[in-house]
Amino acid sequence: MISSDWLLSSEPASRRQAAWGRRYQAWLAFRRNPLAVAGLAVALAMLLMAVFAPLLATHDPGAQNLANRLQPPSAAHWFGTDELGRDVWTRILYGARITLGMVVAVVLLVAPVGLLVGCAAGYAGGWLDRILMRVTDVFLAFPRLILALAFVAAMKPGVESAVAAIALTAWPPYARLARAETLRIRDADFIAAVRMAGASPWRIVLRHVAPVCIPSLIVRVTLDMSSIILTAAGLGFLGLGAQPPLPEWGTMIATARRFILDQWWVPVIPGIAIFLASLSFNLLGDGLRDVLDPKQR
Amino acid sequence: MIEVQDLDVRFGAVHAVRGVSFAIAAGESFGLVGESGSGKSTVLRALAGLIPGWTGAMSLQGRALGPKRDRTFFRSVQMVFQDPYGSLHPRQTVDRILAEPLAIHGLDGAEARIRRALEEVSLSPIVRFRYPHQLSGGQRQRVAIARALIADPSVLLLDEPTSALDVSVQAEVLNLLADLRAARQLTCILVSHNLAVVAHLCERLAVMQQGKVVEALDVAALRAGQAQHPHTRDLIALSRDLDG
Repeated sequence: MISSDWLLSSEPASRRQAAWGRRYQAWLAFRRNPLAVAGLAVALAMLLMAVFAPLLATHDPGAQNLANRLQPPSAAHWFGTDELGRDVWTRILYGARITLGMVVAVVLLVAPVGLLVGCAAGYAGGWLDRILMRVTDVFLAFPRLILALAFVAAMKPGVESAVAAIALTAWPPYARLARAETLRIRDADFIAAVRMAGASPWRIVLRHVAPVCIPSLIVRVTLDMSSIILTAAGLGFLGLGAQPPLPEWGTMIATARRFILDQWWVPVIPGIAIFLASLSFNLLGDGLRDVLDPKQR
Repeated sequence: MIEVQDLDVRFGAVHAVRGVSFAIAAGESFGLVGESGSGKSTVLRALAGLIPGWTGAMSLQGRALGPKRDRTFFRSVQMVFQDPYGSLHPRQTVDRILAEPLAIHGLDGAEARIRRALEEVSLSPIVRFRYPHQLSGGQRQRVAIARALIADPSVLLLDEPTSALDVSVQAEVLNLLADLRAARQLTCILVSHNLAVVAHLCERLAVMQQGKVVEALDVAALRAGQAQHPHTRDLIALSRDLDG
Protein backbone atom coordinates (compact mmCIF):
# COMPACT_ATOMS: atom_id res chain seq x y z
CA MET A 1 0.00 0.00 0.00
CA ILE A 2 2.83 2.38 0.85
CA SER A 3 4.54 3.09 -2.42
CA SER A 4 6.03 6.22 -3.88
CA ASP A 5 2.98 6.51 -6.15
CA TRP A 6 0.76 6.47 -3.09
CA LEU A 7 2.93 9.08 -1.39
CA LEU A 8 3.36 11.37 -4.39
CA SER A 9 -0.27 11.25 -5.53
CA SER A 10 -1.65 14.71 -6.30
CA GLU A 11 -5.07 13.37 -5.35
CA PRO A 12 -4.60 11.94 -1.87
CA ALA A 13 -7.63 10.04 -0.62
CA SER A 14 -7.19 10.64 3.10
CA ARG A 15 -5.83 13.10 5.60
CA ARG A 16 -3.08 10.61 6.45
CA GLN A 17 -2.01 10.18 2.83
CA ALA A 18 -1.83 13.94 2.29
CA ALA A 19 0.31 14.42 5.40
CA TRP A 20 2.65 11.54 4.56
CA GLY A 21 2.92 12.72 0.96
CA ARG A 22 4.07 16.09 2.20
CA ARG A 23 6.63 14.51 4.50
CA TYR A 24 7.87 12.24 1.73
CA GLN A 25 8.40 15.22 -0.57
CA ALA A 26 10.37 16.97 2.16
CA TRP A 27 12.47 13.81 2.56
CA LEU A 28 13.11 13.66 -1.20
CA ALA A 29 14.31 17.26 -1.11
CA PHE A 30 16.43 16.55 1.98
CA ARG A 31 18.03 13.52 0.31
CA ARG A 32 19.39 15.67 -2.49
CA ASN A 33 21.76 17.36 0.00
CA PRO A 34 24.60 14.87 0.72
CA LEU A 35 26.11 16.93 3.56
CA ALA A 36 22.77 17.06 5.37
CA VAL A 37 22.31 13.31 4.92
CA ALA A 38 25.80 12.78 6.34
CA GLY A 39 24.93 15.01 9.30
CA LEU A 40 21.72 13.06 9.89
CA ALA A 41 23.61 9.73 9.69
CA VAL A 42 26.28 10.80 12.19
CA ALA A 43 23.75 12.34 14.57
CA LEU A 44 21.58 9.21 14.45
CA ALA A 45 24.64 6.98 14.92
CA MET A 46 25.68 8.96 17.99
CA LEU A 47 22.19 8.82 19.48
CA LEU A 48 22.08 5.06 18.88
CA MET A 49 25.52 4.67 20.46
CA ALA A 50 24.30 6.56 23.50
CA VAL A 51 21.17 4.43 23.76
CA PHE A 52 23.02 1.12 23.34
CA ALA A 53 26.12 2.13 25.30
CA PRO A 54 25.98 -0.89 27.69
CA LEU A 55 25.94 -3.27 24.71
CA LEU A 56 28.74 -1.55 22.80
CA ALA A 57 31.05 -0.80 25.72
CA THR A 58 34.07 -3.07 26.15
CA HIS A 59 34.77 -2.20 29.79
CA ASP A 60 33.13 -0.75 32.88
CA PRO A 61 33.18 3.09 32.57
CA GLY A 62 34.22 3.47 36.22
CA ALA A 63 36.71 0.60 36.48
CA GLN A 64 40.18 1.95 37.31
CA ASN A 65 43.44 0.21 36.55
CA LEU A 66 46.36 2.37 37.65
CA ALA A 67 48.91 -0.07 36.23
CA ASN A 68 47.42 0.51 32.81
CA ARG A 69 47.06 4.33 32.77
CA LEU A 70 47.45 6.66 29.76
CA GLN A 71 47.81 3.82 27.28
CA PRO A 72 47.70 4.66 23.55
CA PRO A 73 44.89 3.11 21.46
CA SER A 74 45.26 -0.66 21.11
CA ALA A 75 43.19 -3.76 20.46
CA ALA A 76 42.29 -4.03 24.15
CA HIS A 77 41.51 -0.30 24.58
CA TRP A 78 40.33 1.07 21.22
CA PHE A 79 40.74 4.72 22.23
CA GLY A 80 43.41 4.11 24.87
CA THR A 81 43.03 4.68 28.60
CA ASP A 82 42.87 7.84 30.73
CA GLU A 83 44.88 8.95 33.75
CA LEU A 84 43.14 6.41 36.03
CA GLY A 85 43.40 3.56 33.55
CA ARG A 86 39.75 3.73 32.50
CA ASP A 87 38.80 2.70 28.98
CA VAL A 88 38.22 5.88 26.90
CA TRP A 89 35.98 4.20 24.26
CA THR A 90 33.63 3.05 27.02
CA ARG A 91 33.67 6.47 28.66
CA ILE A 92 32.93 8.18 25.33
CA LEU A 93 29.90 5.91 24.88
CA TYR A 94 28.57 6.59 28.37
CA GLY A 95 29.55 10.24 27.99
CA ALA A 96 27.32 10.43 24.89
CA ARG A 97 24.41 9.53 27.17
CA ILE A 98 25.18 12.43 29.47
CA THR A 99 26.17 15.05 26.90
CA LEU A 100 23.45 14.24 24.35
CA GLY A 101 20.98 13.67 27.17
CA MET A 102 21.69 17.18 28.40
CA VAL A 103 21.16 18.54 24.89
CA VAL A 104 17.85 16.72 24.48
CA ALA A 105 16.70 17.85 27.93
CA VAL A 106 17.57 21.47 27.14
CA VAL A 107 15.78 21.33 23.79
CA LEU A 108 12.68 19.73 25.30
CA LEU A 109 12.59 22.43 27.96
CA VAL A 110 13.40 25.36 25.74
CA ALA A 111 11.62 24.87 22.41
CA PRO A 112 8.03 24.65 23.75
CA VAL A 113 8.60 27.55 26.15
CA GLY A 114 10.11 29.75 23.45
CA LEU A 115 7.39 28.79 20.97
CA LEU A 116 4.58 29.53 23.40
CA VAL A 117 6.05 32.78 24.71
CA GLY A 118 6.81 34.05 21.20
CA CYS A 119 3.46 33.07 19.69
CA ALA A 120 1.49 34.45 22.63
CA ALA A 121 3.43 37.73 22.61
CA GLY A 122 3.19 38.13 18.85
CA TYR A 123 -0.47 37.24 18.60
CA ALA A 124 -1.73 39.14 21.65
CA GLY A 125 0.38 42.26 21.08
CA GLY A 126 -0.07 45.20 23.45
CA TRP A 127 1.13 45.02 27.04
CA LEU A 128 1.56 41.22 27.07
CA ASP A 129 3.90 41.51 24.11
CA ARG A 130 5.83 44.30 25.78
CA ILE A 131 6.27 42.47 29.08
CA LEU A 132 7.27 39.16 27.51
CA MET A 133 9.70 40.76 25.08
CA ARG A 134 11.40 42.90 27.75
CA VAL A 135 11.87 39.76 29.86
CA THR A 136 13.34 38.10 26.78
CA ASP A 137 15.64 41.08 26.27
CA VAL A 138 16.90 40.80 29.84
CA PHE A 139 18.00 37.22 29.21
CA LEU A 140 19.38 38.07 25.77
CA ALA A 141 21.51 40.87 27.23
CA PHE A 142 23.82 38.44 29.03
CA PRO A 143 26.45 36.40 27.21
CA ARG A 144 25.17 32.85 27.35
CA LEU A 145 28.10 31.20 29.10
CA ILE A 146 28.43 33.98 31.70
CA LEU A 147 24.76 33.75 32.72
CA ALA A 148 24.98 29.96 32.83
CA LEU A 149 28.15 30.24 34.97
CA ALA A 150 26.49 32.63 37.40
CA PHE A 151 23.40 30.45 37.61
CA VAL A 152 25.34 27.23 38.23
CA ALA A 153 27.58 28.95 40.74
CA ALA A 154 24.49 30.02 42.68
CA MET A 155 23.18 26.44 42.61
CA LYS A 156 25.02 23.16 43.16
CA PRO A 157 27.31 22.23 40.23
CA GLY A 158 25.98 19.16 38.46
CA VAL A 159 24.16 17.88 35.38
CA GLU A 160 20.72 19.11 36.47
CA SER A 161 21.81 22.64 37.24
CA ALA A 162 23.83 22.75 34.01
CA VAL A 163 20.70 21.79 32.07
CA ALA A 164 18.65 24.40 33.93
CA ALA A 165 21.32 27.04 33.35
CA ILE A 166 21.61 26.34 29.64
CA ALA A 167 17.83 26.22 29.26
CA LEU A 168 17.56 29.56 31.01
CA THR A 169 19.94 31.13 28.53
CA ALA A 170 18.74 29.30 25.42
CA TRP A 171 15.02 30.10 25.23
CA PRO A 172 15.03 33.84 24.29
CA PRO A 173 16.09 33.39 20.64
CA TYR A 174 13.23 30.89 20.16
CA ALA A 175 10.74 33.33 21.61
CA ARG A 176 12.06 36.04 19.27
CA LEU A 177 11.89 33.77 16.26
CA ALA A 178 8.38 32.56 17.06
CA ARG A 179 7.23 36.14 17.65
CA ALA A 180 8.66 37.36 14.35
CA GLU A 181 7.00 34.49 12.52
CA THR A 182 3.71 35.16 14.34
CA LEU A 183 3.77 38.88 13.49
CA ARG A 184 4.20 37.94 9.85
CA ILE A 185 1.00 35.92 9.75
CA ARG A 186 -1.20 37.35 12.51
CA ASP A 187 -2.96 39.78 10.18
CA ALA A 188 -3.21 37.30 7.32
CA ASP A 189 -6.70 36.58 6.04
CA PHE A 190 -6.45 32.90 6.96
CA ILE A 191 -6.09 33.87 10.62
CA ALA A 192 -8.99 36.35 10.26
CA ALA A 193 -10.99 33.48 8.76
CA VAL A 194 -10.33 31.31 11.82
CA ARG A 195 -11.36 34.21 14.05
CA MET A 196 -14.53 34.46 11.98
CA ALA A 197 -15.08 30.77 12.64
CA GLY A 198 -15.36 31.73 16.32
CA ALA A 199 -12.07 30.22 17.53
CA SER A 200 -10.72 31.35 20.91
CA PRO A 201 -7.32 33.10 20.96
CA TRP A 202 -5.69 30.02 22.52
CA ARG A 203 -7.08 27.78 19.85
CA ILE A 204 -5.79 30.14 17.15
CA VAL A 205 -2.32 30.31 18.71
CA LEU A 206 -1.98 26.58 19.34
CA ARG A 207 -3.63 25.16 16.24
CA HIS A 208 -3.09 27.79 13.58
CA VAL A 209 -0.19 30.08 14.49
CA ALA A 210 2.24 27.72 16.24
CA PRO A 211 2.29 25.12 13.42
CA VAL A 212 3.46 27.83 11.03
CA CYS A 213 6.34 28.72 13.38
CA ILE A 214 7.45 25.14 14.05
CA PRO A 215 9.53 24.50 10.89
CA SER A 216 11.79 27.52 11.41
CA LEU A 217 12.00 26.60 15.09
CA ILE A 218 13.11 23.03 14.27
CA VAL A 219 15.80 24.44 12.02
CA ARG A 220 16.94 26.80 14.73
CA VAL A 221 16.96 23.98 17.30
CA THR A 222 19.21 21.75 15.22
CA LEU A 223 21.55 24.65 14.50
CA ASP A 224 21.53 25.50 18.21
CA MET A 225 22.23 21.95 19.34
CA SER A 226 25.90 22.34 18.52
CA SER A 227 26.18 25.45 20.66
CA ILE A 228 24.26 23.71 23.46
CA ILE A 229 26.74 20.82 23.27
CA LEU A 230 29.60 23.31 23.42
CA THR A 231 28.09 25.18 26.38
CA ALA A 232 27.43 21.89 28.20
CA ALA A 233 30.99 20.76 27.51
CA GLY A 234 32.29 24.21 28.47
CA LEU A 235 30.49 24.08 31.81
CA GLY A 236 31.83 20.55 32.31
CA PHE A 237 35.33 21.74 31.45
CA LEU A 238 35.09 24.57 33.98
CA GLY A 239 33.98 22.09 36.63
CA LEU A 240 30.44 23.48 36.84
CA GLY A 241 28.62 20.84 34.79
CA ALA A 242 28.78 17.09 35.22
CA GLN A 243 31.17 16.20 38.05
CA PRO A 244 33.91 13.57 37.89
CA PRO A 245 33.81 10.60 37.75
CA LEU A 246 30.81 11.05 35.42
CA PRO A 247 32.16 10.61 31.87
CA GLU A 248 30.77 13.83 30.37
CA TRP A 249 32.81 14.83 27.31
CA GLY A 250 33.70 18.34 28.50
CA THR A 251 34.62 17.04 31.96
CA MET A 252 36.77 14.36 30.32
CA ILE A 253 38.73 17.02 28.43
CA ALA A 254 39.06 19.08 31.60
CA THR A 255 40.57 16.27 33.65
CA ALA A 256 42.84 15.13 30.81
CA ARG A 257 44.09 18.53 29.69
CA ARG A 258 47.36 18.11 31.60
CA PHE A 259 48.35 15.33 29.21
CA ILE A 260 47.76 17.19 25.96
CA LEU A 261 51.44 17.33 25.03
CA ASP A 262 52.58 13.82 25.98
CA GLN A 263 49.44 11.66 25.79
CA TRP A 264 47.50 13.87 23.42
CA TRP A 265 44.86 11.26 22.52
CA VAL A 266 43.38 11.33 26.02
CA PRO A 267 41.92 14.86 25.76
CA VAL A 268 41.66 14.87 21.95
CA ILE A 269 39.28 11.91 21.64
CA PRO A 270 36.43 13.50 23.65
CA GLY A 271 37.22 16.70 21.72
CA ILE A 272 36.65 14.84 18.46
CA ALA A 273 33.38 13.48 19.85
CA ILE A 274 32.19 17.01 20.70
CA PHE A 275 33.32 18.26 17.32
CA LEU A 276 31.56 15.47 15.41
CA ALA A 277 28.35 15.86 17.38
CA SER A 278 28.15 19.61 16.90
CA LEU A 279 29.17 19.43 13.23
CA SER A 280 26.59 16.75 12.46
CA PHE A 281 23.79 18.71 14.12
CA ASN A 282 24.89 21.81 12.26
CA LEU A 283 24.85 20.07 8.88
CA LEU A 284 21.50 18.50 9.71
CA GLY A 285 20.11 21.91 10.62
CA ASP A 286 21.34 23.44 7.39
CA GLY A 287 19.72 20.65 5.39
CA LEU A 288 16.46 20.98 7.30
CA ARG A 289 16.42 24.70 6.66
CA ASP A 290 16.46 24.13 2.93
CA VAL A 291 13.58 21.68 3.22
CA LEU A 292 11.39 23.12 5.96
CA ASP A 293 11.88 26.85 5.94
CA PRO A 294 9.26 28.29 3.60
CA LYS A 295 11.27 31.47 3.22
CA GLN A 296 14.12 29.59 1.55
CA ARG A 297 11.92 28.19 -1.21
CA MET B 1 -31.64 42.31 9.96
CA ILE B 2 -28.47 44.40 9.93
CA GLU B 3 -28.31 48.04 10.93
CA VAL B 4 -25.29 50.30 10.89
CA GLN B 5 -25.53 53.80 12.37
CA ASP B 6 -22.88 56.51 12.10
CA LEU B 7 -20.00 54.06 11.82
CA ASP B 8 -16.65 55.78 12.25
CA VAL B 9 -13.27 54.06 11.93
CA ARG B 10 -9.86 55.66 12.37
CA PHE B 11 -6.46 54.06 11.86
CA GLY B 12 -4.14 56.47 13.64
CA ALA B 13 -4.33 59.69 11.65
CA VAL B 14 -6.31 58.13 8.81
CA HIS B 15 -10.04 58.64 9.05
CA ALA B 16 -11.07 55.62 7.00
CA VAL B 17 -14.84 55.59 7.54
CA ARG B 18 -16.84 58.75 8.33
CA GLY B 19 -20.35 58.29 9.62
CA VAL B 20 -21.64 55.48 7.44
CA SER B 21 -25.24 54.33 8.02
CA PHE B 22 -27.35 51.73 6.27
CA ALA B 23 -29.93 49.07 7.03
CA ILE B 24 -30.47 45.72 5.36
CA ALA B 25 -33.55 43.51 5.55
CA ALA B 26 -33.37 39.74 5.97
CA GLY B 27 -32.73 37.97 2.68
CA GLU B 28 -31.70 41.18 1.00
CA SER B 29 -28.47 41.65 -0.88
CA PHE B 30 -26.71 44.95 -0.45
CA GLY B 31 -23.73 46.27 -2.36
CA LEU B 32 -21.03 48.70 -1.26
CA VAL B 33 -19.25 50.23 -4.21
CA GLY B 34 -16.30 52.54 -4.34
CA GLU B 35 -12.73 52.99 -5.46
CA SER B 36 -9.91 51.40 -3.50
CA GLY B 37 -9.34 53.41 -0.34
CA SER B 38 -12.95 54.53 -0.11
CA GLY B 39 -13.40 52.62 3.14
CA LYS B 40 -15.84 49.99 1.87
CA SER B 41 -13.79 46.98 2.99
CA THR B 42 -13.24 48.64 6.37
CA VAL B 43 -17.00 48.90 6.89
CA LEU B 44 -17.30 45.18 6.18
CA ARG B 45 -14.44 44.22 8.49
CA ALA B 46 -15.78 46.38 11.30
CA LEU B 47 -19.16 44.70 10.89
CA ALA B 48 -17.43 41.30 11.00
CA GLY B 49 -15.71 42.23 14.26
CA LEU B 50 -12.23 42.07 12.76
CA ILE B 51 -11.38 45.71 13.47
CA PRO B 52 -11.21 47.07 17.02
CA GLY B 53 -11.79 50.70 17.92
CA TRP B 54 -14.76 51.76 15.81
CA THR B 55 -17.45 54.10 17.04
CA GLY B 56 -21.12 54.26 16.16
CA ALA B 57 -23.76 51.57 16.50
CA MET B 58 -24.21 48.26 14.71
CA SER B 59 -26.88 45.66 15.32
CA LEU B 60 -27.73 42.22 14.04
CA GLN B 61 -31.32 41.00 14.28
CA GLY B 62 -32.09 43.82 16.70
CA ARG B 63 -29.22 42.97 19.07
CA ALA B 64 -26.48 45.58 19.40
CA LEU B 65 -22.98 44.44 18.47
CA GLY B 66 -20.14 45.24 20.86
CA PRO B 67 -16.43 45.39 20.12
CA LYS B 68 -16.11 41.67 20.94
CA ARG B 69 -18.30 39.11 19.22
CA ASP B 70 -19.40 35.83 20.71
CA ARG B 71 -19.64 32.45 19.09
CA THR B 72 -23.32 32.81 18.19
CA PHE B 73 -22.42 35.89 16.13
CA PHE B 74 -19.83 33.93 14.17
CA ARG B 75 -22.36 31.15 13.75
CA SER B 76 -24.71 33.47 11.90
CA VAL B 77 -22.25 35.83 10.14
CA GLN B 78 -19.50 34.59 7.84
CA MET B 79 -17.13 36.25 5.43
CA VAL B 80 -15.43 35.46 2.13
CA PHE B 81 -12.18 37.30 1.65
CA GLN B 82 -10.79 38.98 -1.41
CA ASP B 83 -7.57 37.05 -1.85
CA PRO B 84 -8.11 33.29 -2.04
CA TYR B 85 -4.33 32.86 -1.87
CA GLY B 86 -4.18 34.49 1.55
CA SER B 87 -7.40 33.30 3.13
CA LEU B 88 -6.63 29.57 3.29
CA HIS B 89 -4.10 28.27 5.82
CA PRO B 90 -1.06 27.22 3.76
CA ARG B 91 -0.29 24.21 5.95
CA GLN B 92 -3.77 22.74 6.25
CA THR B 93 -5.59 20.51 3.83
CA VAL B 94 -9.01 21.54 2.53
CA ASP B 95 -10.43 18.87 4.81
CA ARG B 96 -8.90 20.45 7.90
CA ILE B 97 -9.90 23.94 6.86
CA LEU B 98 -13.51 22.84 6.50
CA ALA B 99 -13.48 20.76 9.69
CA GLU B 100 -12.33 23.64 11.88
CA PRO B 101 -15.62 25.64 12.05
CA LEU B 102 -17.48 22.38 12.73
CA ALA B 103 -15.13 21.54 15.60
CA ILE B 104 -15.41 25.05 17.07
CA HIS B 105 -19.20 25.06 17.01
CA GLY B 106 -19.36 21.45 18.13
CA LEU B 107 -21.42 20.32 15.15
CA ASP B 108 -21.72 16.60 14.56
CA GLY B 109 -21.72 14.69 11.30
CA ALA B 110 -18.54 16.45 10.14
CA GLU B 111 -17.86 13.81 7.48
CA ALA B 112 -21.22 14.27 5.74
CA ARG B 113 -21.16 18.03 6.16
CA ILE B 114 -17.73 18.38 4.55
CA ARG B 115 -18.77 16.18 1.65
CA ARG B 116 -21.96 18.17 1.15
CA ALA B 117 -20.13 21.51 1.43
CA LEU B 118 -17.70 20.52 -1.33
CA GLU B 119 -20.58 19.32 -3.49
CA GLU B 120 -22.45 22.56 -2.92
CA VAL B 121 -19.60 24.64 -4.34
CA SER B 122 -19.09 22.15 -7.21
CA LEU B 123 -15.71 20.92 -6.05
CA SER B 124 -14.73 17.34 -6.75
CA PRO B 125 -14.14 15.15 -3.66
CA ILE B 126 -10.58 14.72 -4.99
CA VAL B 127 -9.54 18.16 -3.72
CA ARG B 128 -10.59 17.34 -0.15
CA PHE B 129 -7.15 16.23 1.03
CA ARG B 130 -5.14 18.64 -1.06
CA TYR B 131 -3.25 21.62 0.28
CA PRO B 132 -4.22 25.12 -0.94
CA HIS B 133 -1.04 25.43 -3.02
CA GLN B 134 -2.23 22.46 -5.07
CA LEU B 135 -5.42 24.29 -6.09
CA SER B 136 -6.21 26.97 -8.67
CA GLY B 137 -7.45 30.41 -7.66
CA GLY B 138 -11.05 29.61 -8.52
CA GLN B 139 -10.91 26.32 -6.60
CA ARG B 140 -9.46 28.12 -3.60
CA GLN B 141 -12.23 30.69 -3.62
CA ARG B 142 -14.77 27.86 -3.77
CA VAL B 143 -13.12 26.31 -0.72
CA ALA B 144 -13.34 29.68 1.05
CA ILE B 145 -17.05 29.88 0.18
CA ALA B 146 -17.58 26.32 1.39
CA ARG B 147 -15.84 27.19 4.67
CA ALA B 148 -18.02 30.27 5.12
CA LEU B 149 -21.22 28.27 4.54
CA ILE B 150 -20.38 25.03 6.34
CA ALA B 151 -21.85 26.11 9.70
CA ASP B 152 -25.05 27.41 8.02
CA PRO B 153 -24.78 31.16 8.58
CA SER B 154 -27.63 33.50 7.71
CA VAL B 155 -25.46 36.48 6.75
CA LEU B 156 -22.64 36.33 4.24
CA LEU B 157 -20.13 39.18 3.96
CA LEU B 158 -18.34 39.21 0.61
CA ASP B 159 -15.17 41.29 0.37
CA GLU B 160 -14.42 41.61 -3.36
CA PRO B 161 -14.84 37.85 -3.73
CA THR B 162 -14.04 37.79 -7.44
CA SER B 163 -11.55 40.58 -8.03
CA ALA B 164 -8.45 38.38 -7.53
CA LEU B 165 -9.67 35.84 -10.08
CA ASP B 166 -9.41 35.48 -13.85
CA VAL B 167 -12.30 36.98 -15.78
CA SER B 168 -13.71 33.60 -16.87
CA VAL B 169 -13.50 32.25 -13.32
CA GLN B 170 -15.05 35.45 -11.95
CA ALA B 171 -18.32 34.73 -13.74
CA GLU B 172 -18.40 31.15 -12.42
CA VAL B 173 -17.82 32.19 -8.82
CA LEU B 174 -20.34 35.01 -9.14
CA ASN B 175 -23.00 32.66 -10.48
CA LEU B 176 -22.20 30.19 -7.72
CA LEU B 177 -22.69 32.92 -5.12
CA ALA B 178 -25.97 33.97 -6.72
CA ASP B 179 -27.23 30.35 -6.70
CA LEU B 180 -26.17 29.73 -3.11
CA ARG B 181 -27.75 32.96 -2.00
CA ALA B 182 -31.06 32.03 -3.58
CA ALA B 183 -30.95 28.44 -2.30
CA ARG B 184 -30.06 29.35 1.29
CA GLN B 185 -31.98 32.64 1.56
CA LEU B 186 -28.79 34.40 2.64
CA THR B 187 -28.55 38.03 3.58
CA CYS B 188 -25.51 39.35 1.72
CA ILE B 189 -23.29 42.39 1.81
CA LEU B 190 -21.04 42.58 -1.20
CA VAL B 191 -18.12 44.97 -1.36
CA SER B 192 -16.73 45.62 -4.81
CA HIS B 193 -15.18 48.28 -6.97
CA ASN B 194 -16.97 46.79 -9.92
CA LEU B 195 -20.52 48.07 -10.51
CA ALA B 196 -21.32 45.22 -12.88
CA VAL B 197 -20.52 42.64 -10.18
CA VAL B 198 -22.68 44.47 -7.66
CA ALA B 199 -25.54 44.86 -10.12
CA HIS B 200 -25.39 41.13 -10.82
CA LEU B 201 -25.75 40.07 -7.19
CA CYS B 202 -27.47 42.89 -5.32
CA GLU B 203 -30.83 44.65 -5.25
CA ARG B 204 -29.61 47.78 -3.51
CA LEU B 205 -26.29 49.50 -3.30
CA ALA B 206 -24.49 52.41 -1.72
CA VAL B 207 -21.64 54.28 -3.34
CA MET B 208 -18.76 55.27 -1.10
CA GLN B 209 -16.11 57.92 -1.57
CA GLN B 210 -13.44 58.95 0.93
CA GLY B 211 -15.10 57.11 3.81
CA LYS B 212 -18.62 58.48 3.22
CA VAL B 213 -21.69 57.09 1.53
CA VAL B 214 -22.35 59.60 -1.24
CA GLU B 215 -25.39 57.91 -2.75
CA ALA B 216 -27.70 54.98 -2.03
CA LEU B 217 -30.00 53.62 -4.70
CA ASP B 218 -31.46 50.37 -5.96
CA VAL B 219 -30.11 48.48 -8.92
CA ALA B 220 -33.22 49.10 -11.01
CA ALA B 221 -32.66 52.85 -10.61
CA LEU B 222 -29.00 52.38 -11.45
CA ARG B 223 -29.92 50.52 -14.63
CA ALA B 224 -32.45 53.21 -15.50
CA GLY B 225 -29.68 55.79 -15.29
CA GLN B 226 -31.14 57.61 -12.30
CA ALA B 227 -27.86 58.00 -10.45
CA GLN B 228 -27.54 61.55 -9.11
CA HIS B 229 -24.09 61.89 -7.62
CA PRO B 230 -21.21 62.69 -10.01
CA HIS B 231 -19.01 59.97 -8.45
CA THR B 232 -21.68 57.34 -9.15
CA ARG B 233 -21.85 58.55 -12.75
CA ASP B 234 -18.06 58.32 -13.01
CA LEU B 235 -18.17 54.72 -11.81
CA ILE B 236 -20.95 53.89 -14.27
CA ALA B 237 -19.00 55.44 -17.10
CA LEU B 238 -15.93 53.52 -16.01
CA SER B 239 -17.73 50.16 -15.96
CA ARG B 240 -19.22 50.90 -19.43
CA ASP B 241 -15.70 51.62 -20.69
CA LEU B 242 -14.43 48.34 -19.26
CA ASP B 243 -17.31 46.40 -20.78
CA GLY B 244 -17.11 48.09 -24.12
